[in-house]
Amino acid sequence: MDWQALTLSIKLSLVTLIFLLPIGIFFGRWLAYRQFFGKSLLQTILALPLVLPPTVLGYYLLVAFSPNQGFGLWLANTFGTTLVFNFQGLVLASIIFNLPFAIQPMLRAFAAIPREIREAAACCGMPPAQVLWKIELPLAWPGIISAMVMCFAHTLGEFGIVLMVGGNIPAETQTIAISIYDRVQAFDDQSAAIMSFSLLLFSMITISFTYWLSERHQHPYV
Amino acid sequence: MSDLAIHINLHQKNSIPLDVELDCQAGELLALVGPSGSGKTTVLRSIAGLYQPQNANIICQGEVWQDSAQSIFLATHQRHVGLVFQNYALFPHMTVQENIQQAITHLPKQQRQPEALKLLKKVHLDGLEQQYPTKLSGGQQQRVAVARALARQPKVLLLDEPFSAVDQVTRRKLYRELLVLRQSLAMPMILVTHDLEESSLLADRIALLHKGEILQTGIPEFVAAHPNSATVARLMDQQNLFTAEILAHDKKTNKTHIRWRGMILEANYQPRYKVNERVCWIIQPANILLHRRGRPSNGDRENPLYGQITEYMESNGLANILVQIDQPINIHIAINIALHVAKRNALGRYEKIGISLLAEGIHLMPYQTLRREI
Repeated sequence: MDWQALTLSIKLSLVTLIFLLPIGIFFGRWLAYRQFFGKSLLQTILALPLVLPPTVLGYYLLVAFSPNQGFGLWLANTFGTTLVFNFQGLVLASIIFNLPFAIQPMLRAFAAIPREIREAAACCGMPPAQVLWKIELPLAWPGIISAMVMCFAHTLGEFGIVLMVGGNIPAETQTIAISIYDRVQAFDDQSAAIMSFSLLLFSMITISFTYWLSERHQHPYV
Repeated sequence: MSDLAIHINLHQKNSIPLDVELDCQAGELLALVGPSGSGKTTVLRSIAGLYQPQNANIICQGEVWQDSAQSIFLATHQRHVGLVFQNYALFPHMTVQENIQQAITHLPKQQRQPEALKLLKKVHLDGLEQQYPTKLSGGQQQRVAVARALARQPKVLLLDEPFSAVDQVTRRKLYRELLVLRQSLAMPMILVTHDLEESSLLADRIALLHKGEILQTGIPEFVAAHPNSATVARLMDQQNLFTAEILAHDKKTNKTHIRWRGMILEANYQPRYKVNERVCWIIQPANILLHRRGRPSNGDRENPLYGQITEYMESNGLANILVQIDQPINIHIAINIALHVAKRNALGRYEKIGISLLAEGIHLMPYQTLRREI
């Protein structure tokens, strides 16, 4: 068992979640409640990682992060840093490819709250921030938790993009999925089997937990 | 307008046209009545600040809630409105008590629970404080919604078709409860409904809304008997709506004579219409008398008509009858007669009867083309 890779994967997943939680809530809520010009285009762009092969997305991110041009060059010139083959780059890539997995369930959860319930909260004297905190978040919570768990599990097992953007640097960018691939390449079947089974078990537990949580905390609207 | 009243002035010409000028006094219950899509809920949402019309001026209890000319717009949470939604919009993740406490923001925290319990008692829901809304019946949910609306100590109470989601038996019960409750309420109350019976039962005044425009306001019975146009008459479900021509005004007898399908009818003196002018007119079924068989009376001579019953229905102690008036008039007139009178006179389908249209019940209105005369 490659504990270092497992720890790195969990760290990557958790850091990704810290960023995705507010991003998902903001975009999910915004897309659920607002009508604006270009909404469909924005939704298409946000949903792209769902259908794009991870290697394709990884390739574009690698190009974008490259310190020789564009965004990567600006980053290198301005902050003296790069996002290629390091943990920070992995986090950003991870956030981007998880966007639809975070936003879509949250959008559905916010959209399922009847407009009248939010309006009733305003009529009770609650300003918008309080409506979000006291009414919307508790009602959308199962959707938000589902999104977070799915993103966590998804990040833990992601292979293509991680390999493209981060490479295979132990303790820096070698996640558990890459470590499994590495072990298979090295004919270390036993380690690969243990790690694969651990990942399988973990995925099953997280998905069961998500279902349990969403069923337990479902609030049917009256 | 008293300081405690609400004054509403809404005008816009976009996809939801509005032309509304309304006042509702403190303690008064005003029913906003109109068919589906007439803009009733939009008016209510505008008052609550949930919809912002292009040009609006809303002043409640002396406080300006909206004044488009001065770019003043108070957000919903800044207005003290109590709104009972059509489907109640209770917070499903909170108990009944918590639902109500959310609206008691004006009191210190330790006083909120006793206040919520007091309100629950007021709406006869004591004992259900810890229940969740899904566990309650429709009537109980409606009471929670009313209690929550009152918990805010609103400056205006808005009721958006609050009885439409309950069965008829519960509805009757809730009507009685609202009639009792409103006696203790001092704020203006605005009820949106499409049910004319409900509005005449509960409201002090009605405002008839059609395509976003207030056509007439007044006491329900008065508006029903004296609509200012054929459109209002139709919206008030007046079945006996016809066209005629002014024949003469007789100031001495205080009568106006009209020619209707070749027959001369006597109506109360209504000189604002010129002789030979075409008019619309109505008569409410309650102003049509049945001639008692074999016992003619003087009243039978007042605008007598004869015909055959083509429809006969009994409901709520009344016989609802449609009479086909004989040639040359050849038109249907709807009459309502107390059931015991109908039985005593052995009325039924195909029976021949005589009726009298009371002159005082004939109300004239400006002419407009009618789609059909029944």
